Amino acid sequence: MTTILEPGSAPAAEPEAAAPPGEAIEGRSPGRIALGRLKKDKVAMAGGVTVVLLILIAIFAPQLCSLTGNDPYTTHTKLIDPNLQIPSGGFGGMSSRHILGVDVPTGRDLFARVVYGARTSLGIAGLATVIAILIGVGLGMVAGYFGGLIDSVISRTMDVMLAFPLFLFAISLSGVLGYSAFGLTGNALRIVLLIFIIGFFSWPYIGRIVRGQTMALREREFVEAARALGATDTRIILREILPNLTAPILVYATLLIPSNILFEASLSYLGVGIRSPMPSWGEMVNEAIALYQVDPEFLIVPGSAIFLTVLAFNLLGDGLRDAFDPKAGR
Amino acid sequence: MLTFIVRRLFAVVGLLLVVALVTMVIFYEMPQWGGQTPATMAVQYVGKQPSPAAIQGVIHRFGFDRSFPVQYIDYIRTIVTGTTFSDGTQDIACHAPCLGYSFRNYQQVWPTILSDLPVTLSIAVGAGVLWLFFGVASGLASAVRKGSLLDRASMVTALLGISLPVYFLAPLLSLPLAYRWSILPAPGSYVGILSDPGQWFLDMILPWTCLAFGLAALYTRLTRAGMLDVLSEDFVRTARAKGLSERRVIFKHALRAALTPIITIFGMDFATVLGGAVLVEITFSMKGIGFLAITSIQNGDFPMMMGVTLFAAAFIVLANLLVDVLYAVADPRVRL
Repeated sequence: MTTILEPGSAPAAEPEAAAPPGEAIEGRSPGRIALGRLKKDKVAMAGGVTVVLLILIAIFAPQLCSLTGNDPYTTHTKLIDPNLQIPSGGFGGMSSRHILGVDVPTGRDLFARVVYGARTSLGIAGLATVIAILIGVGLGMVAGYFGGLIDSVISRTMDVMLAFPLFLFAISLSGVLGYSAFGLTGNALRIVLLIFIIGFFSWPYIGRIVRGQTMALREREFVEAARALGATDTRIILREILPNLTAPILVYATLLIPSNILFEASLSYLGVGIRSPMPSWGEMVNEAIALYQVDPEFLIVPGSAIFLTVLAFNLLGDGLRDAFDPKAGR
Repeated sequence: MLTFIVRRLFAVVGLLLVVALVTMVIFYEMPQWGGQTPATMAVQYVGKQPSPAAIQGVIHRFGFDRSFPVQYIDYIRTIVTGTTFSDGTQDIACHAPCLGYSFRNYQQVWPTILSDLPVTLSIAVGAGVLWLFFGVASGLASAVRKGSLLDRASMVTALLGISLPVYFLAPLLSLPLAYRWSILPAPGSYVGILSDPGQWFLDMILPWTCLAFGLAALYTRLTRAGMLDVLSEDFVRTARAKGLSERRVIFKHALRAALTPIITIFGMDFATVLGGAVLVEITFSMKGIGFLAITSIQNGDFPMMMGVTLFAAAFIVLANLLVDVLYAVADPRVRL
């Protein structure tokens, strides 16, 4: 649960420090330099390719499933051994029709469920990250730019939130509302809840980093120049400071997604997140964990999905951080 | 020093009041914002077919009929001074710190939490030692031998560690170790340390390993990054130039400086685990505080869940205080 993003380890990319010797004459933007560095980082690129593949899988889940002619909800009880209560034929019921086997006890196609589960996991984690970034960047910039009382209030709030038992709050929040609330029912309610809970609880990390960066940028000459030209605070924040924050925001967003994926999977695993029949990797592990002695395949499929996805995002995030800030962590 | 501690203790109380407020909002107000009424909330606390009078009784007992500030003050007052509950037939005295009374299993919250604490404590202490030791040791080794095979191996392991959730690692380890070869007891087995220390230790190995692996991975990365920063500092160069042995430079000068932020984070993480190692306890069916939290929320036992949340928050807040005090003692630059 503890995601520690080393504060202050990613100062804004310094273009003058980044230009390789010999090519100093050619003008290249910091982003371009970073992209070049990222392309040379084979491990990070492998992570990036996997991330793109996963997003494509999530988007084209129905098309992928139609290849094998399955959907995540149809039950195939005939494939379950009635005596042993595990898929008949061993290997979790793998066959040419059910390439990853079927789940227990209803015999739903695991490939279809894991593919649709990518939609749930990536969708919830992605949207939660967007919320965290919006709140964190907004409040962080305001706190860092204006300072004074506004800064104290926002910083105190962030400190207090970091001292909360966030995981227990999240469990309480997802459990307390029951089946229907805010005009939504069942998994629709839970999806919205999870997005907001995860997003709301993960903004202070980003907020702290953005605040620190903004405080440093505020003193730079170009901000002073803008102010001398008569630019308003809003303009300075949005047009002068925000563009200089894109690198750290991009890096920490990429590193926040895997921790949010784990957050969602953990809540669903504990039974307070997404519930069956809707496929979610955490929910699948929840169903499989009682049976893994007799049917390990059922657990390995969603477990590996979580592991590989989180790993891919971490690799990409680490690579991005190194690319934008080669001094950190090397 | 004393004024500092007293001032911080006030901050601790303030922080706990905020946590209590948020907890109250979650359990008393959120359901009503979501469309529930006091009556439908009360139904969750009583039996399957409650009589209207029973519902009214529960509404009154939980204070759903009073305004939110009054409910909040009542809750805080109950914690501080204790109170007497009535379950309809008899009065139950609830002494301070009274975190309430569960109308699901007719237990008081505070004693229940205390009786579940030893399990969580067992998990936290053992895992804490493991993750701090292995995390710092491998991070240190990585930083000193930067770029070596050892460094790469430990960085890859750390990456696996932060990407493997407990509930996937646990089956991966238990399947061979506990089920196939029976080297270790199967998950779900737990004996108190006082009744059989040897068996307790064996039972705890898998939970400790599973919890510590992910956190050790994090600490490896933090220690390595911190050490690399410190090793390039002037005072390290000075220490080397003075002719100190490399061992002395690394352990006495560099590691000490790199360790301070690690200790802060360790305080927070350890306290979080003490407030319930939820995922490990659920995965290994160990009836600690995290297990209590999940069963409470699944049973709609809200007083219990509120108590657990406050209890967990108290640990985190106190750990923060402790870390600050330790800092002041250990680091001469921190003035109080």
